[in-house]
Amino acid sequence: MQASGLTAWELCCRRGDRWLFHGLDLALVPGDAMHLVGANGAGKSSLMRILAGLTPPSPMLLPEGAARVGTITWQGRVAMIDERLSLDPGQPLGKALDFWARIDGVSPQAAEAHAALLGITSLMDVPVAYLSTGQKKRAGLARLLGQNAGNWLLDEPLNGLDVAGVALIEALIAEHRAAGGTAIVTSHQPLRMPDTSVVNLSHAGPKGARQIADEGRP
Amino acid sequence: MTRALLAILWRDIMRLLRGGKGGAGGGAVLPVLFFLAVAMIFPFAVGPDARLLARVGGGVIWVAALLAAILPLDRLVAPDLEMGFFDQWRLRGIAEEWVIAVRMVAHWLSFGPALMLATLPAGALLGLDGHMLKMVELGLGAGTPGLAALGVMVAAVTAGLRGGAALAGLLVIPLAVPILIFGAGALASGGTAGLALCAAASLVLVALAPFAGGAAVRGAR
Repeated sequence: MQASGLTAWELCCRRGDRWLFHGLDLALVPGDAMHLVGANGAGKSSLMRILAGLTPPSPMLLPEGAARVGTITWQGRVAMIDERLSLDPGQPLGKALDFWARIDGVSPQAAEAHAALLGITSLMDVPVAYLSTGQKKRAGLARLLGQNAGNWLLDEPLNGLDVAGVALIEALIAEHRAAGGTAIVTSHQPLRMPDTSVVNLSHAGPKGARQIADEGRP
Repeated sequence: MTRALLAILWRDIMRLLRGGKGGAGGGAVLPVLFFLAVAMIFPFAVGPDARLLARVGGGVIWVAALLAAILPLDRLVAPDLEMGFFDQWRLRGIAEEWVIAVRMVAHWLSFGPALMLATLPAGALLGLDGHMLKMVELGLGAGTPGLAALGVMVAAVTAGLRGGAALAGLLVIPLAVPILIFGAGALASGGTAGLALCAAASLVLVALAPFAGGAAVRGAR
């Protein structure tokens, strides 16, 4: 298992003149998991993208009108799945996954084992565009496992999955944590993750943050 | 890193040759057919005067090449941005600049050599003589990498925009003017000075495109 862990200070996200969250501090040590909850539009996916380093955090407003940008420090590699699959829709699933396997240096045996674990072995010849929502989610998880990263960012991993699929994800997360990995998960559906900190972005959201913003205005 | 870039290059080439977002469509054949069609239709429009055709034929081939290079712009960058490929590459520490540089190579490989081959029958259709044909081929060899770089750069800039595909074609044409002037200008003067300037303009574009394109992709997230 890769090294894992996260320290993030003073993360802010601003959409227009609305603060989704302001001054958010997060920390994860190996084996930790965090469940992000919040209403639609509360900023869960925005936080995921900021944590993944895909979008920069907004500068934090300080009372004297100065601004400071939050910091994110990961230990080890970060893997993410979200609603975008990043698999060529016209390709058979096997070939589409092979592309990432080559980049991540996954051995054919390991790739086969991941496919068997996720129950997509029989789908390898099916074009990605023809897969069902749940099957696509499983394919995305196969890519995630191949990356062998210490830290997982899972944005709505349960969408479209059947009961067995949900249980599978719960088991995968538990196994990943037991091996010393970390996971940050957003989900509207209930997800059994024992011993998990829950961060509710609705509380870090517009109302409280707007006050901060107003105070910060020169 | 090298392993990843080779995998990306291979995927890019296969995708551009096969064509289409989902694997359907013309791929590399379509721009070449388009190029030949333009060269073929031109004599119908200006009449069968062989001397006139031979004089303007080189320029026609250049314009046709430019138009053919514009055809695949909409699937160069935008689909990968939409499907999250650039996000996944970023997570693996592969910089956007590298991906754009690789894509530039793939884009050129998918239309450059084919276009230079198709120039032979197109030149015959337009009645170009041997020397003229040689100058056109040399010019295309120097100029098409620049056209590829320009195409990828503009495709990256317009990737995040609605209706970006149409805008991309519109943006490439004026920016391609230096290559066109020097490349086609070499035909009229007959010297190599035009070719050298065409190659220089091309080289500048090739050197700039990965950085401009990479920044554009980051901005489009």
